[in-house]
Amino acid sequence: MHARNDVHAETAAETTPSWPEDIFSILQRFDVRQVAYVPDAGHSQLIERVLAEPSMRAVPLTTEEEGVALLAGAWAGGQRGVLLMQSSGVGNCVNMLSLTQIFRFPFLTLVTMRGEWGEFNPWQVPMGSSTAGVFELSGIKVLRASHPSEVREVVEAGAGQAYNACTPTAVLLSQRLIGAKVFTK
Amino acid sequence: MSKANLLERRSVVSALLAGRKEAIVVGGLGASTYDIAAAGDHDRNFYLWGAMGGAVMIGLGVALAQPKLPVVVITGDGEMLMGIGSLATVGLQKPGNLTIIVLDNEVYGETGGQASHTASTVDLVGVAKASGISDARPLSTMAEIEAFTAPIQDVSSGPRFASIKIDSANLERVLASRDGSFIVTRIRGALGFGPI
Repeated sequence: MHARNDVHAETAAETTPSWPEDIFSILQRFDVRQVAYVPDAGHSQLIERVLAEPSMRAVPLTTEEEGVALLAGAWAGGQRGVLLMQSSGVGNCVNMLSLTQIFRFPFLTLVTMRGEWGEFNPWQVPMGSSTAGVFELSGIKVLRASHPSEVREVVEAGAGQAYNACTPTAVLLSQRLIGAKVFTK
Repeated sequence: MSKANLLERRSVVSALLAGRKEAIVVGGLGASTYDIAAAGDHDRNFYLWGAMGGAVMIGLGVALAQPKLPVVVITGDGEMLMGIGSLATVGLQKPGNLTIIVLDNEVYGETGGQASHTASTVDLVGVAKASGISDARPLSTMAEIEAFTAPIQDVSSGPRFASIKIDSANLERVLASRDGSFIVTRIRGALGFGPI
């Protein structure tokens, strides 16, 4: 009986980690109004919070590069935004990332990583391996959080330098943090 | 190269922008940006010289941030095709203040006049409608274009989409500013936002 209760408690903790809530609070505090995303399991809890928050506009995209352009427009119109995506989407953004240098606008993206920690699907590995390099070549600063306890600090630093210093920043949320997707038992 | 009875792009854009009032105007890279510059430089003009496929999404970002201002995206068929998914994104958001206008000459004029998909198969008005932009129409006369300037100002009845078949003649370039920081800072200034 005791053991079963422990299992249940662990399962509950795994399905509702607290770090997405930390991210949501930071986005609120920085007055982020447009949240663009391509759906991703690692961001699902945060996306639910955004969809339920009247002060934020959730903008689902057909491809990630749309989000880069959206945030440039948002800034011209006086609002801050953030782009949520998975590592596989970073490659879709490459040419559009030029806008961060051309407009020097506050660009923040939060990227859930695949292909780096116990990955089952080999198709995730090439883009997951080059994600940080692609950002760096594109002039985007890269920060990373690998443990739940450091997410708040790292995302806060990323948001701070993006919005206060117009330094385009990507925060990579490690696959170790999110957990490898389970395809088979 | 020119087909008979097609509209001349500079006259079309001048007519569209003649009564623009407080509208913010986003121009897709290439000839559309030159057309907007030819109609007169303006501190609410958002000129693009790159980021092909991004014009509609930039317009959407501005439109969501400034729902009381008309936002007009004027771009070409090639640029629209590269960002065709953004019509689906706009159809979902349904910003009442956003108007998308495609100047469709059926060619990639900047690169030598190669045929675009709209020359033979793609119907952009059909794509826009199927993406959830119910007010989507072709405009084929100057009278229709002049009449379209009124709905552009209505910030509650969009999004709307118009495709205008234009003559494919390459006109002399009218060069707008290429400095992105200047362009965005100027628009923000016009809307009352200062630098960081």
